[in-house]
Formats: sequence, structure tokens, C-alpha cells
Amino acid sequence: MNLKTICTECTGEIAIPSDVVVGEIITCPDCGTDFEISESSGENVSIKRAETVGEDWGE
Amino acid sequence: MVTLGLIYDRLRWEEKALAEAAEANGVNVTRVDAKAIYLDSDWSFSETKKMFGNVILQRCISYFRGLHTTAFLESKGLPVINKMDVSLTCGNKLLTTSKLSKAKVPTPRTLFSFTEEGALKSLQEIGYPAVLKPVTGSWGRMVVRLKDEEMAQAILEMRAHLEGPLDHIFYIQELVKRPPRDIRTIVAGDKIIAAMYRYSPEGDWRTNIAIGGKGENCKVTSELEDIVLRAAETVGGGLLGVDAMESPKGILVHEVNNTVEFKGAASVCNVDIADEIIKYALLVEKR
Repeated sequence: MNLKTICTECTGEIAIPSDVVVGEIITCPDCGTDFEISESSGENVSIKRAETVGEDWGE
Repeated sequence: MVTLGLIYDRLRWEEKALAEAAEANGVNVTRVDAKAIYLDSDWSFSETKKMFGNVILQRCISYFRGLHTTAFLESKGLPVINKMDVSLTCGNKLLTTSKLSKAKVPTPRTLFSFTEEGALKSLQEIGYPAVLKPVTGSWGRMVVRLKDEEMAQAILEMRAHLEGPLDHIFYIQELVKRPPRDIRTIVAGDKIIAAMYRYSPEGDWRTNIAIGGKGENCKVTSELEDIVLRAAETVGGGLLGVDAMESPKGILVHEVNNTVEFKGAASVCNVDIADEIIKYALLVEKR
């Protein structure tokens, strides 16, 4: 099984390990954004941005 | 040939667009991940310039990381956009409001206090509803509309339990009667390069694009231009995201952002914002 998803930040391609579990953090190799696996069922894997924002992050 | 230093700690769409625009303008780009470097007080100007370039765009998403990196680079004589003093002011809402107020740039009435007790007193003075904001922070994070005293007591009590010293500085602002939108302008030097309305997403009153606000192109009126450019000049100038509201009293500037994001504006404004920023950086480099 060769799962992939698209980074919502930079549209880069993220490979997802076949043994991934919900709650695991994966990182986009292009931009470094961290994502949390929110759903995993067979080949259907959903991601959401991980809660890693620092208090001083922003514009 | 000019080399642009692009300092980042998270490579977002904006940083990719800036690098592409720089290369399209014949500018070398040195990408520097601030998380992966160290800085040495013994470095000479030439050594530092070799590592970072002739002119530097500070794009760190972490305010304090960016501020301190900029302080170092400026100490070595390199031009950084934005200057450290500008970053210091814009990264702290109390400092920004104080400067805007001193320069008589229209801004919402804001009360500052330093304990829970002082904050409650300030709320009795300004009245409910009012807006509580962290002095440092962005994207609408921890910005709360306090509807009444009961809600205020609960929120302030929670704030009092936070450990950060900046969490104990209470920045309470009048709730401005405005349409369900504000205006984000992007200023480079003495010019507004883009402006958009930001509409609150459904179920929220805040307008930040980061929390789902929707952008729409905004025509720059002479009143808006005058007030926004005065606000930018007041904080020290540079590349800034100046946020304004349409109030019954006219345009009010409520925030000036130091590391402006422009993905939202780029999607609705008919202007190549990244290209404009690079052209501004080249002007700074020539000075």
C-alpha cells in the first residue's frame, strides 16, 4: 500500500506510512508543516493540521 | 548581483511566492531556516553578508525568533525588512496602540491593566461588550468578545492562571460598531500595494483569514490611504499589514502586522504582491 496525500499548505505530496494510526503526526517534506492523522480506514486517510502553534506565532 | 536572504521557520505559500518572484527579478535567493542555524557575535559584516545576502526578508512565523534574529543581523550592519524596532512595536499591541495614539492616528479606545482586578475596573470604565486581546499573538488567537461581567470574570480568571508574563498584561478595547468586515492593507514603504476586505466566517465575529475569514478586493479611498500610510510611518515603516475598520467615526487602525501574510490578498487583489515586495526589497538594498 502506497498512500499519499496533498499538503494543504504548499500542495506538496506527502507519503503516508502504511502502518499509520489516528493521532500520529506526519510532516510535509516540502514545507515542514505538521499534520495529525484524523481518520484512517484502509486506503482512506484524512489529515488535519497539528496543534503545534506557538503563542508567539503569527503575522 | 543582489542576494536576498529569506529567513523562515516554516516555509508557507508566501515564502515560496517570494522566492519565485525574486528569481524572476534576477535576484539570488538564500533560504535560511532559522530553526537550523546559530549566530556568532564574532562574525564580521562580510561573513554575515555571505551567509544571509545583501538584503534580508525576515519571514519567521515565531515573533520572538524573528525579532532576535533581526537584532543580530542589524547589529552586523545588514538591512532587514522589517527593522528590529518596527518588529518590536508591531509584535506588541500595547506598544502599537500607544504609538498610534501618540501620533493621533485614529485607533479604537484601549485600556491597559496589569492584574485581574485592574482589568475588571477597566471593563467597568469602557463598558460591555468589549474586546480582550493578548498583547502578543496573531490570527485572532485568544481574542475574546466579553459580553458581560460574568463572562469577563471567568475569562480573566483563566488568564490569571496562565504562566507567561505577557498573559498578565490585559489589553481591553472598545467593541467598534463596524460592518461584518475589516480592511487588510499591505504597505511597502510609502505605498499601499494591496487592500482587501476581510469578512467574518459564519459563526464567528473575527475576520482573520487564518480562521476562515473571506477576502474581497477593496478600493483604496483617499481617507483609507492617508490613515494607513500614517499608521505605517508611525510604527517605523517597512513591509506591513495594516488592519483598519470602518467605524461611525471613520477609519480606525486596530493592528499593524510585522510579518504580513498575503496568500488571501493575492487570491482576490489584481496585483502581484510577491513581485511588489521584492521590488521594495531591492529599493531598500540600494539605500
